[in-house]
Amino acid sequence: MGGEKDLEQLKREAAAKAKEAAKKRQAEKAAAEAGGTREPVKEESEKATPANEEDDLAKKKAAAVAKAKAAAAAKKAAMQQGAEGEAPGNEEDDLAKKKAAAVAKAKAAAAAKKAAMQQDTAGEAPGNEEDDLAKKKAAAVAKAKAAAAAKKAAMQQDAEGEAPGNEEDDLAKKKAAAVAKAKAAAAAKAKAAAGGAGAGDDEKAKAIAAAKAKAAAAAKAKAAGSAKTGGDAEPDETAKPSINQPFLDKYTKVIEKHLGEGVLEESYINKLSKDVPTLVAKRDSYFKVAEFLKYNEQLSFDYLSEIHGTDFETHMEVYVHFYSYKNSQSVALKVKINRDQPEIESLQPLWEGANWPECEAYDLLGIKFTGHPNLNRIMLGEDWVGHPMRKDYEPYDVEV
Amino acid sequence: MIRTEEMLLNVGPQHPSTHGVFRIVLKIDGEIIKEATPVIGYLHRGTEKIAEDLQYTQIIPYTDRMDYISAMTNNYVICHAVETMMGLEVPERAEYLRVMAMELNRVASHLVWWGTYLLDIGAVSPFLYAFREREMIVNMLNELSGARLTFNYMRVGGVKWDAPEGWIEKVAEFIPYMREQLKGYHQLVTGNEIFMNRVKGVGRYTKAEAINYSLSGPNLRCTGVKWDLRKNEPYSIYDRFDFDVPVSDGGDAWARYQVRMAEIEESLKILEQAVEQFPKEGAILAKVPKIIKAPKGEAFVRIESPRGEIGCYIASDGKKEPYRLKFRRPSFYNLQILPKLLKGENIANLIAILGAIDIVLGEVDG
Repeated sequence: MGGEKDLEQLKREAAAKAKEAAKKRQAEKAAAEAGGTREPVKEESEKATPANEEDDLAKKKAAAVAKAKAAAAAKKAAMQQGAEGEAPGNEEDDLAKKKAAAVAKAKAAAAAKKAAMQQDTAGEAPGNEEDDLAKKKAAAVAKAKAAAAAKKAAMQQDAEGEAPGNEEDDLAKKKAAAVAKAKAAAAAKAKAAAGGAGAGDDEKAKAIAAAKAKAAAAAKAKAAGSAKTGGDAEPDETAKPSINQPFLDKYTKVIEKHLGEGVLEESYINKLSKDVPTLVAKRDSYFKVAEFLKYNEQLSFDYLSEIHGTDFETHMEVYVHFYSYKNSQSVALKVKINRDQPEIESLQPLWEGANWPECEAYDLLGIKFTGHPNLNRIMLGEDWVGHPMRKDYEPYDVEV
Repeated sequence: MIRTEEMLLNVGPQHPSTHGVFRIVLKIDGEIIKEATPVIGYLHRGTEKIAEDLQYTQIIPYTDRMDYISAMTNNYVICHAVETMMGLEVPERAEYLRVMAMELNRVASHLVWWGTYLLDIGAVSPFLYAFREREMIVNMLNELSGARLTFNYMRVGGVKWDAPEGWIEKVAEFIPYMREQLKGYHQLVTGNEIFMNRVKGVGRYTKAEAINYSLSGPNLRCTGVKWDLRKNEPYSIYDRFDFDVPVSDGGDAWARYQVRMAEIEESLKILEQAVEQFPKEGAILAKVPKIIKAPKGEAFVRIESPRGEIGCYIASDGKKEPYRLKFRRPSFYNLQILPKLLKGENIANLIAILGAIDIVLGEVDG
């Protein structure tokens, strides 16, 4: 009995929640529309409300279907916009009222955000004035973007009101978003093509773009990724030097003053690694530099945080990370060594902490640290064949 | 006069007080240790080699199995390394969830240490108390991530799961409870004469030695170095919390005990503030590409795990797998000082010294 009652109550609560969500949605749409059709929204909420009271599941299903439809319609509309550069989309009058309402909604939302988005795209794409076609494309991109954004906003709203039953909805929205994205990429590509070769044919350009949309998207992502590194390497450095630049300058200056020029192969700020000053020592002066880093009063890197080797196929590299508790500063020291006969002085006499890590590097990479008191195969044992962390390692098994 | 001969004594690899598979070969003269040679590698699984064929997200479960007592910090360090390389901004809510998970894990880790350490040196009941409280934390982390120990919770750019309903409240309730229990712990153990005799002045080293041996974490702070990466090189959102870095200057097992116990309280402080500041809503995962690729180059980041400084080095050639992945594992570095500490010690102190370093063999062997 009690359980049933609970169920009843839960149902009622869920209905109330759904009602609230519907209301919220309505309010949001009304705000976005500013003079658009209000009726369809009302209708939808009215449709949803009685359904709630009867059956939670049925309501959710209905809502999900409605949303999926709306998303699909929006997608269609966005596509049409992309193709024509205008916004008709009213041809679906004969379709279900729900669907039409959804289209209107999506469009209204898109329109609301269009202005802002256009500003964005104008800022992003300076080559707009060149071509009429390009302008149209930009508008299409803006619309697609706006639609995606609107959808996302709606999605978030929905998620608050009703967590389950969203899956269908989500899928449709994601699809729509993906299409919009592909569209944007295609437009960008087409624009580039138009600007570069002057190929004016709209459809042809689009066909090419569609075929290459995926590639474009990938390229874009890549560019975005590499922009960070590439940007760091050249223009950024001149624009704003790292806060660690003075430290790096100091280290190189002091080292070169005491140990002579040419002990360092290069020195740079590693922007990827929290701007750590990085010194690359020459093979022959590696130990000298390390010793100097520890005992020089100005540097006093008393703490060895990490030492390991890497097989870069062209060469082996030993990477050491030091820290100075006195100066609260880090420095990375690297040295490149011959891959075929990897041999380097051990830092164990300077830092006891280098003892085991050097054994590990010897074990896994075969780097011989001369001057190490007890270089052994610390992980794998002395009878292991080969050094696994080397890139050309082949596992050896007697039974195979 | 009693004549004694030098003798070899083999401890481990299967020995309960090593908390894993760890072997020490002792050269003893009577009861005095002349020389100790640790033998490790029994648990080496080649994580770094495996990782070269895995995408970054796929590596995360492997990090769970390194320091399995505190997997959250391991999860974090690899995510943090990739995020640093990519220049990713992690959403605030995700950062709070991460910090709470890591601090809960830190408390759990120190509880395991406390319980097992006392078990090692002869007190059985603290273990039961410690594991009672730890179980509550483990359950909370289970609710959060779906696993009790191998969480696989964090992702590059955020976390995998949002906090379930009522989880934050549970954490909030746990904090005063744990404080109360901690008082009980101190009543039970701290200051107990037998215990003090076992730990005071045992396994002592100086500040210079600690730094020279690359010790970190409580093993370093017990010599008076006020150094905690959460405070000195703040990562995540640790700069928003008000907490202290407990230090002690004894440099012995007793000092390490004090530091760890005080650290539990500091972690609770952080948790308290995190619960207070926890953003009501927001994303838990940043916008990251489906396939995560770290930009070409290399990075080394280090964070504070319960055992010390855990670091992650990534060399990337821009592909979706790391070209080279290397973990700086605090237990591995901390254990190096053991032969030095054991030399000349009474054999009965072996366990008290080893236990006070607080190693996890999964991490030692990588």
